[in-house]
Amino acid sequence: MTGQSQPAKWEMFFWPALVAAIGLVIWNFAVHVTKSTVFPAPSAVMKGMQELGAKGILLRDILDSLRRVAIGYGLAVLIGVPAGLALGWYPVAANVVNPVIQMVRPISPLAWIPLAIVWYGVGDASATFLIFVGAFFPIIVASMNGARNVPSILRRAGKNFGLADAGILSKVVFPAALPSIITGLRISLGIAWLVVVAAEMVAVDSGLGYLIIDSRNSGKRYDLVVAAMVLIGLIGLVLDLGFRRLEKLKSVRWGFSE
Amino acid sequence: MTGSVAIAKVKIEHVGVTFDRDGKSTHVLNDITLEVAEGEFLCVLGPSGCGKSTLLNTVAGFLSPSVGQITIGGEVVTGPDPRRIFVFQERGVFPWLTVEGNIAFGLFRLSREERGRRIAYYTKLVGLEGFEKAYPQELSGGMKQRLEVARALAVKPDMLLLDEPFGALDSITRLTMRRELLRIWESEKKTIIFVTHDIEEAVQLADRVVVMSARPARIQQIVNIDIAHPRDISSPRYLELRDSIFEQIGIAHKI
Repeated sequence: MTGQSQPAKWEMFFWPALVAAIGLVIWNFAVHVTKSTVFPAPSAVMKGMQELGAKGILLRDILDSLRRVAIGYGLAVLIGVPAGLALGWYPVAANVVNPVIQMVRPISPLAWIPLAIVWYGVGDASATFLIFVGAFFPIIVASMNGARNVPSILRRAGKNFGLADAGILSKVVFPAALPSIITGLRISLGIAWLVVVAAEMVAVDSGLGYLIIDSRNSGKRYDLVVAAMVLIGLIGLVLDLGFRRLEKLKSVRWGFSE
Repeated sequence: MTGSVAIAKVKIEHVGVTFDRDGKSTHVLNDITLEVAEGEFLCVLGPSGCGKSTLLNTVAGFLSPSVGQITIGGEVVTGPDPRRIFVFQERGVFPWLTVEGNIAFGLFRLSREERGRRIAYYTKLVGLEGFEKAYPQELSGGMKQRLEVARALAVKPDMLLLDEPFGALDSITRLTMRRELLRIWESEKKTIIFVTHDIEEAVQLADRVVVMSARPARIQQIVNIDIAHPRDISSPRYLELRDSIFEQIGIAHKI
C-alpha cells in the first residue's frame, strides 16, 4: 500500500471492509458510553430495518421514492438534454436563456415547496415537480456546455463528409458532448435523490422521506429514522455506482481523465 | 508531372482574405493566383501564421474568399464537399468511434456490403489491420494520423487537403508517414495540397512547392521539384533545391 502503486485485489475489498467494521464498532461504543436515548446503536437500526421489512412498509416506501425520482428525473432528462444541446447549437439563443438559467439555478429546489403545493396540491405531482426542478438545471447546463465546447475541427469534419445540420447534431455534437452530459446526469441524479427525501417530508405520505418524519412523529422511533437514513445513503451509492459504470464505456471514456 | 502540361484541376484566381475581428481587419491573403493540376502533389510552404492554412480552408470551402474565386473542376467552391477532404492533425478523428467507425463515418450513403469492403481495404492500406475495434485513445499519434487519412480516402475524394498533418508527430514517425503518404498518393492518384512549414518535408514530397511570404501572404516563388520518387535526400539536386528555398525564405543554413 505505498503511494501510487496498484493495490492488490484483496486490498480493494479488505481495507474498506476493515474500516467499515471499525466504524460500526466506534458507533456502537459511542452510543453505549453516552447512554444516548435518541441515537440508536447499529444493532437497534438493524432490528428496526427488519421490523419495517417484515411489515412490507419498507419495500413500498423505497419503490415510491424511486418511482418519484424516475418520473421527475426522467422528465428533466427528456427535456433538459435536447434543450441544452439546442442552446449549445444556437449561441444566440444561449445568450438570451443562459442568464435566466444561471439566476434560477442557485435557488434551492426546496424554495419551490410552497409554490409546488399551491400549483400541484399535496401529492405525487408536487414531489415530482420538486425533483424535476432540482435535476433540470444541472442537466441543461451540462448539455449546453457540452455542445458548445465541441471542437470546431470535429464539426468541420462532419460537414466535410457531407452531413447536413441534423446529421452533425446527432452524429458529431451529441456524441462529442456525451461525456459532459453524463457528468451532468450523474450530478443531477444525486440532487434528485436529495430532493425526494425533503419533498416526501412535506408533500406526500409515503416514501423514505415520509418514513423518517413519520417515525419521529409517531412514537419517536429514532431507530427507524436512522434505518431510513442508512437506506437512503445505500441507494444513493448504488445509483452513483451505476453512473460510474456508464463513464467506463469506451465510447465516452475518452472524455474522462483516467 | 509539371503544372504547365497537365489540365488544371484547381484554379485559384486573385483570392484575398480579410478577417474582421474586434473592429480590426486583418489582411491574411493577398491576391493569390495559382493552378493545381489533376493528380499533382503541391506543397504550400511558409512561416507559421502566414495564412497558408487560411488558403487551404478557403479551397476546402470552410471559408469564403473576400475577393476573387476558386474553381475546382470548373465549379466555383461555395462550401465543403466530400469530393475534397480536409485532413487535420490527428485531432480530427472522432474519439467516440472505433477505427472502423471512423472510416465508415463518411460512408453512410453506401450499402452495408460496400461499406464493409471499403473499411477492410482502407484499414489495410494504412496498415491498421487488427486495430478495427480499437478506439483512438488506444492508438499512437502516427496511427491516429493514418486513421484520419484512411477516413478521408474511404469516401474516394478527388482531392486531399492536408494541413500540417505530421506536425505533431515525432521525427521518425514523420519520415515513415511521408513515405506512406507518397505510396498512397501513387496508388490512389489523388490531387494533394499539403500545407507545411517544414522545408525538407516540402522538397521530399511535392511536385511543386509554393513558397509564401509573411502576412499578408502572397506567392513568393513556385519551385518545381524535378526529382523522381523515391528521392535521395543526399543527392546534389535535392540539396540544391532545398537550399534555394532556404535562401528564398531568408534563413541562413548554419545554426
